[in-house]
Amino acid sequence: MDQFILQILNGLDKGSAYALIALGLTLIFGTLGVVNFAHGALFMLGSFCAVTLSKFLSLSHKIVDETRTDFLGNPMEVDVPYVHDWFGVAAGDAIIDWAVPLSLIFAIPIMIGIGYVMERGLIKHFYKRPHADQILVTFGLAIVIQEIVKYYYGANPIPTPAPSAFKGSFDFGVLVGFDANAIIYPYWRLVYFFFSLVIIGAVFAFLRFTTFGMVVRAGMADRETVGLLGIDIDKRFTIMFGIAAAVAGLAGVMYVPINPPNYHMGMDFLVLSFVVVVVGGMGSLPGAVAAGFLLGILESFASTSWAVSNLPGINQVIIYLVAIIILLTRPRGLMGRKGVMEE
Amino acid sequence: MLGLEKKDFRLLLVVIGLTLFAPIILNPFPAGSEMAQFNAGYPDLMQRFVIFGIFAIGFNILFGLTGYLSFGHAAFLGVGSYSAVWMFKLLSMNVLPAIILSVIIAGLFSLVIGYISLRRSGIYFSILTLAFAQMSFALAYSVLTPITGGETGLQLALDDPRILGAAQTASGNIPVPALFGLEMRASYELNIGAWSFTFNTGYYLAAVMLVLAFYLAIRIFRSPFGLMLRAIKSNQTRMSYTGLNSRPYTLAAFVISGMYAGLAGGLMASMDPLAGAERMQWTASGEVVLMTILGGAGTLIGPVLGAGMIKYFENIFSKINGQVLHDWFGFLPGGLEDFVVTIIYPFVGKGWHLTLGIVFMLVVIYLPGGLVQGGQKILAALRRTKTDDANPGASKPAE
Repeated sequence: MDQFILQILNGLDKGSAYALIALGLTLIFGTLGVVNFAHGALFMLGSFCAVTLSKFLSLSHKIVDETRTDFLGNPMEVDVPYVHDWFGVAAGDAIIDWAVPLSLIFAIPIMIGIGYVMERGLIKHFYKRPHADQILVTFGLAIVIQEIVKYYYGANPIPTPAPSAFKGSFDFGVLVGFDANAIIYPYWRLVYFFFSLVIIGAVFAFLRFTTFGMVVRAGMADRETVGLLGIDIDKRFTIMFGIAAAVAGLAGVMYVPINPPNYHMGMDFLVLSFVVVVVGGMGSLPGAVAAGFLLGILESFASTSWAVSNLPGINQVIIYLVAIIILLTRPRGLMGRKGVMEE
Repeated sequence: MLGLEKKDFRLLLVVIGLTLFAPIILNPFPAGSEMAQFNAGYPDLMQRFVIFGIFAIGFNILFGLTGYLSFGHAAFLGVGSYSAVWMFKLLSMNVLPAIILSVIIAGLFSLVIGYISLRRSGIYFSILTLAFAQMSFALAYSVLTPITGGETGLQLALDDPRILGAAQTASGNIPVPALFGLEMRASYELNIGAWSFTFNTGYYLAAVMLVLAFYLAIRIFRSPFGLMLRAIKSNQTRMSYTGLNSRPYTLAAFVISGMYAGLAGGLMASMDPLAGAERMQWTASGEVVLMTILGGAGTLIGPVLGAGMIKYFENIFSKINGQVLHDWFGFLPGGLEDFVVTIIYPFVGKGWHLTLGIVFMLVVIYLPGGLVQGGQKILAALRRTKTDDANPGASKPAE
């Protein structure tokens, strides 16, 4: 039983990332009808927003500390971050410590901006082209974004820690009456899970309870009629693209402490996220979220030693296997809308 | 001739000529000169040109004719490589049985994957092929290690139980792949003045295969079967309404292109007898997509051009480093030189992928027909200006 809960928990953090990326992909697909292969790159850009901010906050200058000496007996030089000068030592340390959550504030406008530019500058011209062309041009864009990041940040993963308040693990088992140390779960993963729930909730609430969201949903159902009513639906869809980019970016920002970002992490996630979207059903937002969590948890169950010893290699292929079975038996995916990309 | 129209026959002759004289054409600069680094006429690179050319021709039969975008074609190349290496290990070092087996195994493999994947079309087909290829990659990397060699890849060993031929040479080395005694790595050096040209056995074997593959592709393109595939691309729904079951045709195209990939994989293993799982990764599948689109999907010569271009850039462009750039722009005044080098530097050397990505995007946006379409446009523009010069005013007849 404790193993069972542990595997569910383990699946949740990866599932959260899948769900967030798949949510963004589905938003773009549902509104604009574009298959965006550059979405993984947006996730990666979000991660690098966090890396950049934490690097920026740690910028320091050297001063000579007269009270201490180095091993030669000379006064020692110490690095003092600029934030110490600006906000004082205690506040400065706290800011550096909380660099990753702080980057959320910076990442939102940056990612919305990137999404806006991407849609207006490139994707706009591909609405009338076949899906294959959309895949290819966004695939090319993903390569370009990756290579630019690689040029500035190098090819190695850049570890960036979580705030020290969330370091260590949380003994979940004690809470529900198991022995101590039966279910150990890192705090940050728990944070990531709740964070993703908040974002998903916010996106759904935005679409559900605001006038803007209502118009967008109407546009997803029947774009032409909404246009005939005199509403500039293209403009709203562009903003939705920006929001989808921001969702991917935020997912990336918070994922940094779990997985040190490198330039090709986006592609690794993209392939799986596409599988998630297809399993959930093209164009269905709840489907994308549900399939994201479902596949994350399935993957975690397949990695247990019991599963691997009975079915060797199952942990490597489970997601693809599920995708193949779902695609062949339920052409619309789990919760796909009727008439969306059925072929 | 050979069942080809005059125009196609001319194209085939051009390809034969290019492959036959490639060691000379690709080495236009004297050895040891400043420009020698742009010479592409060394065996390793030339072999890659033709092998990836075959791979891309095969991919084009599927994507160019039927419009089905497969994102998992590298799996067949990997399977072909593995079966060729196993043939070297178990049967003999002769490349012929190895290549034949790799084509057959890749064909069977693509029959199974194609049968399942082709039940869907559009993006679902892409995802299905991607899923199958990633599954093959993951399995080859982990569980199937006894067959595939796992992370280190499948290699020849000194104690292989080879049925025909010895396990070791007289000097105790692993024998090299050969075609009835002609070693694949054997080369003949020809020096004319300052130029030196290398003629390599392995390259010419692969080149013969390329010519055969190209000839077969022309025949497929011009056949009723090819016409049927094009019809499926332009409107599959209408095809099914006329009472035609299109699945056997698409499946045949899929298997043919899988066998082309297997041939490429077998040749790759024949040139260098080892096979690794990374050949099956989806980035490798993405590469052949890039090659085909860049050259021109649906055209005969396009994929070969695309493959050659990408492999050339990969090997030659990536060698240009900051020092080379400084040498080139040394004639500029100091500040300007540094400025120009700083601008160009991110696009060459290790950053050549950036150039590739940008060129690819430009091609998809402005030239959906690839480089071939670009060439045709330029030719058409030239011809138009020429006729305009010849008889001004008379070029536009009344409507």
